Amino acid sequence: MDAVGATEQDFGPPSLRKRLSSALENPTFLGFLFVAPAELLLLIFLAYPLLLGLWLGLTDTIVGREGHYIGLENYISLVHDASFWLTVFNTFLYTIVAVFLKLVLGVGLAVVLNRDFKGKGLMRAIVLLPWIIPTALSAICFWWLYDSTFSGISWTLIKLGLMDHRINFLGDAWNARFSLIAANIWRGVPFFTIGLLAGLQTINPDLYEAAEIDGAGSWARFRKITLPLLMPLLTVVTVFSTIWTFADFQLVWVITRGGPAGATHIFGTLSFQRAMSGGHFGEGAAISNFMLPILVACVLIAFIFLRKED
Amino acid sequence: MKVRLSYVALIPFLVFFMFPLYWMLITSFKTDTEITSLEGIPLIIQSKPTLAHYKKIFFEEKLPTWFKNSFIVTTLVTLITMSISISAAYALARMRFFGSQPLGIGIFLTYLVPPTLLFIPFYKVVGILGLLNTKWSLLIIYPTATVPFCTWILIGYFSAIPRQLDEAAFVDGASYFQMLTRVFLPVATPGLIAATMFAFTVSWANFLYPLAYIYRHDEQVLTAGIYTSLIKGDVYFWGELMAAALVASLPVVVVFAFLMDYYIAGLTKGTIK
Repeated sequence: MDAVGATEQDFGPPSLRKRLSSALENPTFLGFLFVAPAELLLLIFLAYPLLLGLWLGLTDTIVGREGHYIGLENYISLVHDASFWLTVFNTFLYTIVAVFLKLVLGVGLAVVLNRDFKGKGLMRAIVLLPWIIPTALSAICFWWLYDSTFSGISWTLIKLGLMDHRINFLGDAWNARFSLIAANIWRGVPFFTIGLLAGLQTINPDLYEAAEIDGAGSWARFRKITLPLLMPLLTVVTVFSTIWTFADFQLVWVITRGGPAGATHIFGTLSFQRAMSGGHFGEGAAISNFMLPILVACVLIAFIFLRKED
Repeated sequence: MKVRLSYVALIPFLVFFMFPLYWMLITSFKTDTEITSLEGIPLIIQSKPTLAHYKKIFFEEKLPTWFKNSFIVTTLVTLITMSISISAAYALARMRFFGSQPLGIGIFLTYLVPPTLLFIPFYKVVGILGLLNTKWSLLIIYPTATVPFCTWILIGYFSAIPRQLDEAAFVDGASYFQMLTRVFLPVATPGLIAATMFAFTVSWANFLYPLAYIYRHDEQVLTAGIYTSLIKGDVYFWGELMAAALVASLPVVVVFAFLMDYYIAGLTKGTIK
């Protein structure tokens, strides 16, 4: 950055210094210079690892030893592995159910919060809490909340007469799956709500008034005005959430570690278990790489929508 | 009528959002006997509240060390991120050069590459650099997660600055660099705050990377440290775990208590522009 000082007028014959200083006032050159650190960082620490990951998936690398190229062997053995297919099933179940419910609850909460009422600021702060508290830490809290003996949820449901026994949240495969989905919803609704709230505030209130005069009920107003106008934003927010949910790790790893007996593994946790706990880097990378097609599709959708808005 | 309906609709959400946090809070102040007792009402603290769990995590566990490590890593990552992002965002917002627009979106899209896809190859990269098992490994890894979004937020704020402002500065003979420090940074301060908060939160909260690359307790950061060290075998020290989780969340909550509006504005600018 010191070189910028050299832009002061220099009355000699065109020197290197002068050429340098004129280059430093040239937007194209300067632009590249300013973007270079970001580009280098992303190339070295993002593009290269992505390619390295693709390569590792084709090798038998284990921790501490260089691997050899083994073609598609990792992928083939995974396709014949029942626990892998259970992981595929879990990942899609987790993503589809959680994202759908986050979308519905997020839109609902945003519509309510968009009204004027006392304590709105406080409510907004409370809504944001699950989003800002480090997920690994709130996940520890859920883990305790899902305790089979001491859970406050079980106690409350029994006292309310809704249950006659304690819920075995994490010991049963389906209970564990839905417990994880609930924790994911808790954590993810705020992103939808806060994102959509901003979109709602840009909608012209005159539109609603006109519709009310025409006799449209509140559901019709929501469906015919709110939803269409919110659609682009809704798509972007949903795509983001889909990516994060699909490629999740922390919630599942902390709360169930993929258990009971591997029944709740998703791509991220299975890959971590095979690579970090088991030392099989090649296989772990192959599992992660199975996420790529869905992720690429999501990124493309995001790209198209973001370009449209420019 | 409408207003009352809002309150009624909000109650289930309020319970849903607050209950886990409330549960964490009361557990951290309960005695061990009360935590593992089936007597009475678990939803309140029944016997005398205790600070024993807090004392234990501060004086008998490595929590202060992890806290210090988290603080060092987060501060440095935020500084690195902001310098890279400000420079990139400034160029992409103002210096129209060949390919600058797709480049901006491209940087943003890298934000969507999830850590679960990268942690295995990163392990290799960190190993090559000799940073395995040190907190410094996080300094090179975290910026890949923070720079894209921070740059994107800042592009939004920088582009919103009226061109007349920098044209006037240009006529006065300001260089691009002076324009950045004298016009852009002061005017876009809310954006700088939002981006800083984002970098801070992401670095503070990351879990997968320290869990995968750091095994020494002295080098560990809060999130992974609490998870790996406070869970000992089959006996869970829920009081300590909850106290530690609360203490570790506190810095983020405090920052947001004061600056929440900047963050929300930044987040929304990032998603709708």
